[in-house]
Amino acid sequence: MKHLLSAADLSRDEALGILDTAARMHAIQTREVKKLPPLRGRTVVNLFFEDSTRTRSSFEIAGKWLSADVINVSAKGSSVSKGESLRDTALTVAAMGVDALVVRHNASGAVQRIAQWVDCAVVNAGDGTHEHPTQALLDAYTLRGRLGPIEGRHVVIVGDITHSRVARSNVLLLNTLGARVTLVAPPTLMPSGVASWPCTTSWDLDEALCGKAHGDVDAVMMLRVQHERMDGGYFASAHEYAATYGLSPRRLDYLGEGVPVLHPGPMNRGLEISSAAADGAHSVVLDQVQAGVAVRMAVLYTLLAGGEEVAV
Amino acid sequence: MRSYLIRGAAPAGGKALDVLVVEGLITQVGTSIKADAEVIDGAGLVLLPGLVDLHTHLREPGREDAETVESGSAAAALGGFTAVHAMANTEPVADTAELVEQVQRLGERAGLVEVRPVGAVSKRLAGEQLAEIASMARSAAAVRVFSDDGRCVHDSRLMRRALEYVKPYDGVVAQHAQDPRLADGTACCHEGTVSGRLGLPGWPAVAEESIIARDVMLAEHTGSRLHVCHVSTAGSVEVIRWAKARGIDVTAEVTPHHLLLTTDLLESYDPVFKVNPPLRPAEDTLALRAALADGTIDAVATDHAPHAAHDKDHAFADAAFGMLGLETALGVVAETMVTTGLLDWAAVADRMSVRPATIGRLAGHGRPVAEGEPANLTLIDPAGEHVVDPAASASKSRNNPYAGRTLPARVVATFFRGRPTVFEGRLVAGVSV
Repeated sequence: MKHLLSAADLSRDEALGILDTAARMHAIQTREVKKLPPLRGRTVVNLFFEDSTRTRSSFEIAGKWLSADVINVSAKGSSVSKGESLRDTALTVAAMGVDALVVRHNASGAVQRIAQWVDCAVVNAGDGTHEHPTQALLDAYTLRGRLGPIEGRHVVIVGDITHSRVARSNVLLLNTLGARVTLVAPPTLMPSGVASWPCTTSWDLDEALCGKAHGDVDAVMMLRVQHERMDGGYFASAHEYAATYGLSPRRLDYLGEGVPVLHPGPMNRGLEISSAAADGAHSVVLDQVQAGVAVRMAVLYTLLAGGEEVAV
Repeated sequence: MRSYLIRGAAPAGGKALDVLVVEGLITQVGTSIKADAEVIDGAGLVLLPGLVDLHTHLREPGREDAETVESGSAAAALGGFTAVHAMANTEPVADTAELVEQVQRLGERAGLVEVRPVGAVSKRLAGEQLAEIASMARSAAAVRVFSDDGRCVHDSRLMRRALEYVKPYDGVVAQHAQDPRLADGTACCHEGTVSGRLGLPGWPAVAEESIIARDVMLAEHTGSRLHVCHVSTAGSVEVIRWAKARGIDVTAEVTPHHLLLTTDLLESYDPVFKVNPPLRPAEDTLALRAALADGTIDAVATDHAPHAAHDKDHAFADAAFGMLGLETALGVVAETMVTTGLLDWAAVADRMSVRPATIGRLAGHGRPVAEGEPANLTLIDPAGEHVVDPAASASKSRNNPYAGRTLPARVVATFFRGRPTVFEGRLVAGVSV
């Protein structure tokens, strides 16, 4: 594995391998001294064309705990507005002797383009509305921690599917791992051609959570809905969205005990998720953040240390 | 001026004949012609009237790093064209008599093809006020085709006025049909399975079809002449077919790339496949081929759109729209229309020369291969299978979506006003007319 660009790049064994490695990495997070030596002398650049706090710091901590030198390059507004091509920006950064580029870009496919131009390993940290494979891996890690094996589980993903890279990567990875996925969104936020995706879809959250499938839902993932989508006419008001697709206290009651509620963050409380859901016993939001560091350590380790046995 | 005897080529794919060209005119067509002329062996070749492109971006003035009138003219000649219509979206926009005359002069100076300037419909293509259409029509450039191409004349009232305003000059409004509310500037992938999977902003077919439907009704209401640029969907074809059946004065063009290339190529995220309107699914390409074959679509037009590498070396969404087309048009039409049996060479001559010349009201082009006609001619090898090499292009740009593809026919020679601009597939050095 040279790059991690799409969740679809991962075979079942590769995905499980990363999750197993992540479990070993996770163990050190509770230690007083958290550093491991395997990437000493290696350089990881976080090349972010789009603002991000949590993903960037998660990769930064992951690299540092593996003893890599981690440099953050904010390229926001570089490229197009300053007249520099994406290719020039990528080649310039890569020419500094980089071992891995962790790239986030606001345009779908930008990270795939960069991987064609540079020689080093490239990790997709989110490209436009396309994919966010490490998010899907950390979600799978979190689910595994709560539910055990993912195979045969049923995960309901709710929200702005059209514009969600998290949803795309999760559908692909969960499918690879043998889970069933149901996507729930209003018709305006359901992507074109979703019928060809390996999942089922619904416009009705109540039906999905407690209809004939009641008791069959193993996990619920709520997606962030941007207020700007209202201007695009995707829904009528925040109030109506919350009433129709929000995880309200009432809907939370439908869920069986031990059914985890995930959210990739940042959360819009009162819109897609109620505080009762965000802070209650079902919520695994902070577990996801912890898993993020472990999974990203595992990804960097797998790409740069070539899967040698981890001496933890 | 030298005389040329093209021996044994088949005019429009018919019976092989000799064609004598003297002083810019075809002076004799027959068998065993004897003349004091340079003899060109046409055995096995097809002789067509010089190709006419209704839709070419030559980028001059403003983006001479991507193309100039001269480099674009050279690419056109190599593609078998003897006339091109230079779109108005230059920098500055061709929206005054002075600017269209400047483009016309640059074309004459290059001397490789007839460069017919297209005038803007609205000032600066802003879609608000009419450009100086009358002045452009009455100028030395005698503009007949008006287009805001690259942008849609979206405002219904402005479109209505433009259709009315061109009438005294027998002009035509060539519409880039794209409802900007349904497909805004970020829309870059046909809306469907591929856009959904790749997370690219969708460009739905209805954004084109709804504008064409409105425009044919406006053309009927005003009794004016409408031309639809780069038709890309099966639904658009149905609307145009209906309008023609109703007697509305509408013509339409299709690009070579919309006849051949399909949405799935975008899976690579390579912006060489980014074009507006976007590449559509295979069902649309088949409907477009059928419509070109039955005449619902009148013409093939290249929408040759050169771009500097640094405008394409971006993420897909950030890269410029457009692809080269002049040098590959004939090969792509041969691939999609001739080898499939949908058109014979006489019909290719009709769709790539006769009808575009008629739509552009262009004298001296699209004429039969007959005595007394101007010698604007294209000699092609229908068995000239070749692999497309972008590096070999005369264009200043390299955004060629056909790189490495094998195309079945090639241009052997192009005669412009009686002189070869291209011979044996190469530009003739030092041509000027």
